[in-house]
Amino acid sequence: MASNCEVEPGAAPESALVTTDSYENFQQMSSSLEEIKNSNFTSSTQDEFLDNCNNIDSDLHVNCSTVSVSSQDEDYIRDEEWLGKSKHIFVLSSAGKPIYSRYGNEDRFASYFGIMQALVSFVQADDDSIRSMHAGDTKFVFLFREPLILVAVSKTEECTSQLTAQLNYVFNQIASMLTLSRLVKIYEQRRNYDLRRLLTGVERLIDHLLDFSEQEPAFTLGAVQCLPLTSSVRDAISSAIVQSCSKIKNLVFGILLANNQLITLVRMKKYCIHPHDLHLIFNLVQASESLKTAEIWTPLCLPRFDASGFLYGHVSYLAEDCQACLLLLTVERDAFFSLSEAKQRIVERLRRGNCLEAINESLNTKEETCVDIGFPELRHYLYKCKSTAQFHQPSMGAPYTINCKRLLDLYRRAHYRLHCPTRPLKLLFERTSEDALLAWDTRGFELYAILEPLTDTGNAIATVGRLLNWIKKREDKLFQLNAPTF
Amino acid sequence: MENVLSGKVVILGDQGVGKTSLILRYLEKEFDRHISPTIGASYFSCSVAIKNVIVKLQVWDTAGQERFKAMTPMFYRNANIAFLAFDITRPETFQNIQNWVTELNGNIHTHVIMIIIGNKSDLSNDRKVPREEAIRYSNGIGATYYECSSLKNLGVDRIFESAAIKLLKHLDPYFNNYIDCENSIDAPSCSLSATDVGNVVVLGRSKDNIAHGTTVSNKCC
Repeated sequence: MASNCEVEPGAAPESALVTTDSYENFQQMSSSLEEIKNSNFTSSTQDEFLDNCNNIDSDLHVNCSTVSVSSQDEDYIRDEEWLGKSKHIFVLSSAGKPIYSRYGNEDRFASYFGIMQALVSFVQADDDSIRSMHAGDTKFVFLFREPLILVAVSKTEECTSQLTAQLNYVFNQIASMLTLSRLVKIYEQRRNYDLRRLLTGVERLIDHLLDFSEQEPAFTLGAVQCLPLTSSVRDAISSAIVQSCSKIKNLVFGILLANNQLITLVRMKKYCIHPHDLHLIFNLVQASESLKTAEIWTPLCLPRFDASGFLYGHVSYLAEDCQACLLLLTVERDAFFSLSEAKQRIVERLRRGNCLEAINESLNTKEETCVDIGFPELRHYLYKCKSTAQFHQPSMGAPYTINCKRLLDLYRRAHYRLHCPTRPLKLLFERTSEDALLAWDTRGFELYAILEPLTDTGNAIATVGRLLNWIKKREDKLFQLNAPTF
Repeated sequence: MENVLSGKVVILGDQGVGKTSLILRYLEKEFDRHISPTIGASYFSCSVAIKNVIVKLQVWDTAGQERFKAMTPMFYRNANIAFLAFDITRPETFQNIQNWVTELNGNIHTHVIMIIIGNKSDLSNDRKVPREEAIRYSNGIGATYYECSSLKNLGVDRIFESAAIKLLKHLDPYFNNYIDCENSIDAPSCSLSATDVGNVVVLGRSKDNIAHGTTVSNKCC
């Protein structure tokens, strides 16, 4: 089995994506918009935002299973449907003002928000920070990211760190609409500000993000999936973008995506995009039907890239007959028309090179299941190449076509076992009456394979070895192996 | 021989008054009840034929949400026509027209043709803004008032035609020069540069604005 470690399908010396361990809270940002505009300028780090990542872990264990709440919110306490939700997400300001609730109108349970704020500030008074509370099978997970408090109340199987990661996504979604600097400044000026005024329409994006992150293994893995294309087609698409934009200054990223899969990513020299930022972009594109009708010009902050400022994005679908979405991100706020012309040139080039057909063909081809590709004992797998932060999965086969939630739960649990901060595993094999799971973490990749429940260890290892070779043979189709620059 | 003339239109107004529905009704002849809120601003171009003149309109459909307010000046800069839309069933959206007008007048120093649009005229049973009040206000600020329904497609085309005619009349003094220019070889680039906003870059200022996202945000924080 050791020899297979060397296979590392999809590995590449250069990556357009920041390679990541998805549990980190807030990685220090390497890039700065100022720097791009002003290449001699060295950026200062923003320690104040990063401080609270280093908090001491303090998990409070609470024995009581009910929390008593004042009577004015009784309508929600008695609302069976509201109580029955498996995961609530709340966002409030550090002064306790409601900002967002996943279910129900946040105004109607203001006192819950009061309690959350009180808990956070009570622990904070001792220079500590509350991470989570556990009551029976319910977890209360807290994330304090100045100036907001985010809380998850969950009865799902997800562990605390996975819930914290989800809260981080919600925070970053808010920051991507306003920038972190503006968010901080707003509350410096008025501690009691009602942020909902500035976030109208964003609750839709947060709702979508939460559903999306619960259904997509990409979020658990901290990676993105590529649309399968032969490498010559992908290279032709990349060079069409590079050539059409050659005269445009300060263009930072060109991203082409379709159906939640990356087609290509072209970047400015020296700069990479973080998979978490890319997930926010995927979420924005997927949640906004209105992008299909026109060319859009919008400010967009990529919090992992530079939380202090906006990039400006020209967003449009390639053509009526090709539903791939192109984003051209620049630091110039007046570049709409030059980017709009560049987009026309890109589409012309792609059309001449028959790339639009190739994209459509790939979009219309149903991905193969494991059985189709000759692995009858394998039900499903996730393969993540660490050096490029890309992953691949086959199409969902039986029995998970009906119960895909179970599959995602299995993956989440296995991912946690491999990344558990206290005792991370390198190799995991588990068998239940329903399925067998093999998870393997090496220096170059992570592999999660779900097998038939009767598979024994030897067979599982042999299958996984064959699978790695199978992926290796197709790596140039399944992954973007180069990182083209403008 | 037809003459071509172009102008820039910006559509302003509170969120949910139907700015995007209006332009989609005009261009696509469609109405979608479940349209998602506009992000940033959408760009459309359309042509209106007035007798023997084709008026090409570059339309910026802006997002109504407050957080995008900082970026609206770049859309109404150099605009020839402003559509100020409100919802006849929501009086606060009509009140806010005043703020949009103040902002326009404070930031644009050239003449702008203002057209005030009371949208959702099909909901006349829920009307909260009397037509007379809207007309009186519009006349007071030198604007024209129209009512329309994007849902029922009532009065939408008329607004764009009237905008085109007003633009023609406004540009009349230069019209002869324009025809000369249009007949020469350089015509397309010439007509473009007259309205192209992409060329105006105040570098020193815009750098700051990008990095900190604060342009005219002092009002809303």
